[in-house]
Amino acid sequence: MSMREKIEQAAAAYPDQRSAIMPALVIAQKEHGHLPGPVLEEVADILGVERIWVYELATFYTLFHTEPVGMFHLQLCDNVSCMLCGSENLLRHMEGALGIRRGDTTADGLFTLSTVECLGACEMAPVMQIGDDYHGDLDVARLDALLDSLRAAAGRVADDERASQPLPGE
Amino acid sequence: MFEPVLLKNIEAANGHLLSTYEAGGGYQALRKALSENTPDELVELVKQSNLRGRGGAGFPTGMKWSFVPKGTDKPKYLCCNADEGEPGTFKDRIIMERDPHQLIEGLAVSGYAIGAETAYVYVRGEYVTAIRRLEQAIAEAHERGYLGKRILGTEFNFTVHIHCGAGAYICGEETAMLESLEGKRAQPRLKPPFPAVAGLYASPTVINNVETLACVPHIVTRGAAWFRGIGPDKSPGPKLYCVSGQVKKPGLYELPMGIPLRELVEEHAGGPLPGRKIKAVIPGGVSAPVIPEPGLEVGMDFDSLAAVGSMLGSAGVIVVDDSTCMVKVATRIVEFFHHESCGKCTPCREGLNWTVKVLRRIEAGEGAPGDLEQLDMLCKGIFGNTFCALGDGAAMGLRAALKHFRDEFVAHIEERRCPFH
Repeated sequence: MSMREKIEQAAAAYPDQRSAIMPALVIAQKEHGHLPGPVLEEVADILGVERIWVYELATFYTLFHTEPVGMFHLQLCDNVSCMLCGSENLLRHMEGALGIRRGDTTADGLFTLSTVECLGACEMAPVMQIGDDYHGDLDVARLDALLDSLRAAAGRVADDERASQPLPGE
Repeated sequence: MFEPVLLKNIEAANGHLLSTYEAGGGYQALRKALSENTPDELVELVKQSNLRGRGGAGFPTGMKWSFVPKGTDKPKYLCCNADEGEPGTFKDRIIMERDPHQLIEGLAVSGYAIGAETAYVYVRGEYVTAIRRLEQAIAEAHERGYLGKRILGTEFNFTVHIHCGAGAYICGEETAMLESLEGKRAQPRLKPPFPAVAGLYASPTVINNVETLACVPHIVTRGAAWFRGIGPDKSPGPKLYCVSGQVKKPGLYELPMGIPLRELVEEHAGGPLPGRKIKAVIPGGVSAPVIPEPGLEVGMDFDSLAAVGSMLGSAGVIVVDDSTCMVKVATRIVEFFHHESCGKCTPCREGLNWTVKVLRRIEAGEGAPGDLEQLDMLCKGIFGNTFCALGDGAAMGLRAALKHFRDEFVAHIEERRCPFH
């Protein structure tokens, strides 16, 4: 299904197309990884709504990214329950292990490191969200293992992409 | 012996599937409601149960339903508040992930009671698993005739849509949620008009929390007297308590409303970590004023907590032990509200920015004489002066920390360092 078709399908749930802007932005971000200006304008055009309405939502909600993020967006919760369970130490450790500061992306484009407000999973604090998945009860050892598994997954993705490229002369 | 009902299916391997829910008697309440009760009778039943909203404010649910005007030509909407974002709170996520049909049945019964044919579940976007499970459950319910047209052979039509949020705590405020559902920035509306009269698309709208809606099928099946028989008269029923922080067994506990906070923390949640002592407990999410350890005998219900100057809120219980600096906790709480302020009201937008700067300075050992009086003044300037409760939440949390742990703030300023580092 194309992005347009997905957005039109989502919009059918509402009597007013403006309501569909946020679901449409979720779909567009999944499709493009982030939401640059031309994508926002395409969303507005598909829904037939004012472009400024789309811009104002894309810049209000923290899950929408108008700038690119790494292949893995590491979103560490540092709110009270996670803070009490050691999230500060985990942040320092990740900054050292990745060689970047909070808010930055590694030079290879693999990791973006962020801290976020409560993820609503305080029973497994400290918690980090990576993509769609939550990782809880984190400590330094678990964190290192997690980063290693992500690097390995990225390697597999790169191998798959190379394999799917046509060979010279094909 | 207390029998858990809300978390009955939570540990089941396939608690999210229709087959599991039906095997435990699921959707019998919808069948009973549609065949035996008029909508008015259901509203009256929920009124008699004295169910109070589990989202934080504790407003009587049946009374809220009864505010929906009759005889209007406008469509009526039911909105489920699943934008759970109060730090310390995770109960709604667990219901949606592990027993989503309980919520869907609650929505259908409640929709019938208020005369709505459409419901929107506003789920915070971070809850990807919950959203997937709800989507699957809605599809299953449609297939089995619990949602859709002519439900169970009656004249009742009802559809549930999921509206995925995108990361903003303010969306949990009911009028801000309506703005967000209408495709605008989530900023609170001035009330009145109240949503029951002019809510989503200016139509009559009821907004209930996930846990509130999950209670409804059990009230229909077991009766108002059963519900009222659990916990205190003025705020009865089973209650989900989220326990987190510096405690041995963090987790979600279903217990009677009104259980003593000490029993919840020390017996059910296992007490403090080895070698530590409990210093304080935040009983209802970070906006709920902190309670120092000697006050833990208080009952966990709306009125008992209000009587000691705190509140049940979302029942997100955060345990703080004696290794922790309360200035740091208070700073983190206000930082949260500052970050999440939608920016509509000056006292919240500007006041919290100022408050955070003063708190960070104190925690860093750079506090000045007069800082505490300035914080007191800022709390006074913010509390009660904003459209919604976000500013109030920040001010209440800080006020309690300043009241109960003022000595720690003073030590930071006098010693020009954090005594805990």
